[in-house]
Amino acid sequence: MSRVMVSMWGFALAATAFAAPAFAQEDPAKKTQTAKNFWGVSAEKLEYRYSDSDEELAVIEGDAYYGTDELKFRWLFAGEWEEAHNAWETLENQFVGQVPVDDFWDAKAGVRIDTPEGPDRVYGVLGLTGLAPYWFEIDTNLYISDEGDASVDFEAEYELLITNYWIVSASFESLVAFSEDQEIGVGKGLNSTEVGLRLSYDLIDRSLAPYVGVVYERKYGDTADLARDSGGSTEDWFAVVGARVMF
Amino acid sequence: MNKRLITGAFALLMPVMAWAGEYDLTVDRVTIDTGDFKKQGIGYNGASPGPVLKFKEGEDVVINVTNNLDEMTSIHWHGLILPFEQDGVPGISFPGIAPGETFTYRFPIVQAGTYWFHSHSGFQEPNGAYGAIVIEPEGREPFRYDRDYVVQLTDKHPHSGDRIMRNLKMSADYYNRQQQTVGDFFDESGEKGFVATLRDRMMWGDMRMMKADIEDVQGFTGLINGKGPEQNWTGLFKPGERVRLRFINSSAMTYFDIRIPGLKMTVVQADGNNVRPVSVDEFRIGVAETYDVIVHIRDEEAYTIFAESMGRSGYARGTLAPSEGMVAAVPELRDAPMLTMADMAGHMDHGDMDHGSMNHGAMNDDTMDHSAMNQESMNQGDMDHSAHGGGMPEDPFYASGSGLLPTASNGGKFLSYADLRAQSPLFEEREPTREIEMRLTGNMERYEWSINGIKYEDADPIVLQYGERVRFKFVNETMMTHPMHLHGMWSILDVGAGKWNPIKHVISVAPATTVYMETEVDAPGEWAFHCHLSYHAASGMFRKIVVEGGPDSSVAEGEQSGKQGGES
Repeated sequence: MSRVMVSMWGFALAATAFAAPAFAQEDPAKKTQTAKNFWGVSAEKLEYRYSDSDEELAVIEGDAYYGTDELKFRWLFAGEWEEAHNAWETLENQFVGQVPVDDFWDAKAGVRIDTPEGPDRVYGVLGLTGLAPYWFEIDTNLYISDEGDASVDFEAEYELLITNYWIVSASFESLVAFSEDQEIGVGKGLNSTEVGLRLSYDLIDRSLAPYVGVVYERKYGDTADLARDSGGSTEDWFAVVGARVMF
Repeated sequence: MNKRLITGAFALLMPVMAWAGEYDLTVDRVTIDTGDFKKQGIGYNGASPGPVLKFKEGEDVVINVTNNLDEMTSIHWHGLILPFEQDGVPGISFPGIAPGETFTYRFPIVQAGTYWFHSHSGFQEPNGAYGAIVIEPEGREPFRYDRDYVVQLTDKHPHSGDRIMRNLKMSADYYNRQQQTVGDFFDESGEKGFVATLRDRMMWGDMRMMKADIEDVQGFTGLINGKGPEQNWTGLFKPGERVRLRFINSSAMTYFDIRIPGLKMTVVQADGNNVRPVSVDEFRIGVAETYDVIVHIRDEEAYTIFAESMGRSGYARGTLAPSEGMVAAVPELRDAPMLTMADMAGHMDHGDMDHGSMNHGAMNDDTMDHSAMNQESMNQGDMDHSAHGGGMPEDPFYASGSGLLPTASNGGKFLSYADLRAQSPLFEEREPTREIEMRLTGNMERYEWSINGIKYEDADPIVLQYGERVRFKFVNETMMTHPMHLHGMWSILDVGAGKWNPIKHVISVAPATTVYMETEVDAPGEWAFHCHLSYHAASGMFRKIVVEGGPDSSVAEGEQSGKQGGES
């Protein structure tokens, strides 16, 4: 049922984007004088994490896009590689279409495929991403899994310029589930929060910015119980070192 | 080939007759060395900038352009009045010049002055495809000089045009390294108080706009005639001479504030047309504009030509010297200006922010209206003296309280559009037949630029009738400055001087201002009209203009321009 919904969202999105501008009069200069299609690849996080309980994680979070001002196709990827188990603790790939809905906000719709060590999940995604007043970058998504479970994540990031090259970025992430999915360790209610503080330096333009930082992760309620049951921790401090890349 | 030989021989034999000057240009891959970095780019006849093309008013020119690139190219003759098929805009004037092809441009030279040429394909112009045009007048000029130099400026960037466009789309502030920092916050708190500074940041943060958003693309090296500040382009003179400097701003994105410490400059020409001489200490040159100035140099000394970018993120430097190797001191860059709420006024449609200078009603009144501009404290009745009026300087071409309002570094006279008067009007003064409003619009965060909220790709052409006199009303609703360029027909800038209004080809419109220009629609065909900031034009701040009617254009133009297709 949810897979049908996913494709319906995708279709509706594509239809809006293509139907909007009626073809104005044929004018070949529109091609020669306009830059229309763009692409970009970036990784907001490409880092190594050392926890206070000697856990070591490699974390990647980034995206690649291709498209126009009106419609972008975006592939978002995120993964946590656990050194001890030699395995992906989390591994997400999202494929979404993205359209502007306001001066500062884009809507996203598509599909998310999780293939970590352990059970896989496929989700339909409906999201909102953009810039809130006072320069907070916001990204929030509603997910509905192929098991019929719904969850919402929320991310906010703020950059503080120490100088125009030294930048402190503060981030907050949270996940709330509307129903339990015990198999993948998701409890009902507030699942987890992650707070990060990273100090970066723009080494080559904005293409490469190495950083160091700290991250605090916490699990709550049923999710915390599930984590404890499987021998995991519910609260972790990490020291992180990594780089932000953008091409 | 044969034809060229014959033409050449003919020219040799009959030097006095009106003759067809024949010119050859090749479009080549070149290496550009700015002194700061070396970069592959595009040039003409093996160099960037290309050669200075010297034409004579009244001659018919034949220009053979050979494309040695592996992509399409084109040359637009910026500011020249010519048949539209010769204007060089791919998709509007002609299909463009294919790789390996030689395209022959043919047109009569019907004007004199300083102009330039550049590619109108992709980002070839920012990548180096530009050169200068100097047209010698038929008659005597109303000023005299002993020698002249082209001073062609550009903002050469280590990134290619495509890469810059892509980066701006990914992150509009990609190149902005003048953003306000924590340190600035505390410095300002010390001066103005913590609460006031916080409120200021909150106000801008609420709009998601940056005060430091003056130059979209920083990190360039300013070049004069292809030479970086260290390479120091030098023009020689003999003491006592009057030297005419033909300033051309061929930048992709950068406005320059130009001065020559120790010398007064007499502005005699703007955009190729003579103006009544104005003596200034400094002037701002918009992208794609030209200004000719004359300096009278008495002493046997070197002088620095110093061109600071409007946002003070870079500069170009050259030298005027009595002998090679002599140099003068190079000034420091002044502090970067910051936009104010006044510059933002056009942007806000809901504005009821409690800021003194943000009288929305006054902002919407056009700045050319004398009563509107004078109601703001100043008592100058005449625009000529606007910059001398003591107290806070005012310029009707900037929003009242604008952070961009320039001042001369020596406290002297800074040129304003309001100072410009045509030396000899080209057209009869008459009432415009209609007015066309063009709101200059955009979304800085997304790096989208448009006219009346519509990007070129979604817009219908603007249709004008031959014989009309159209009054264009530019309302800048963005916080960027846009140099608007109409191809093929003159732009008569309304400075409130009636028949003496100056005649230009680029009209710079500062944030939150309204500027009028009038155009005598005297050129049939299809023309381009756009913001001359390369990445604004390519983002959609562009229109096609169609001029309907007029003398049977296909016959009349065809006769003058020869074959229209790609002649190879």
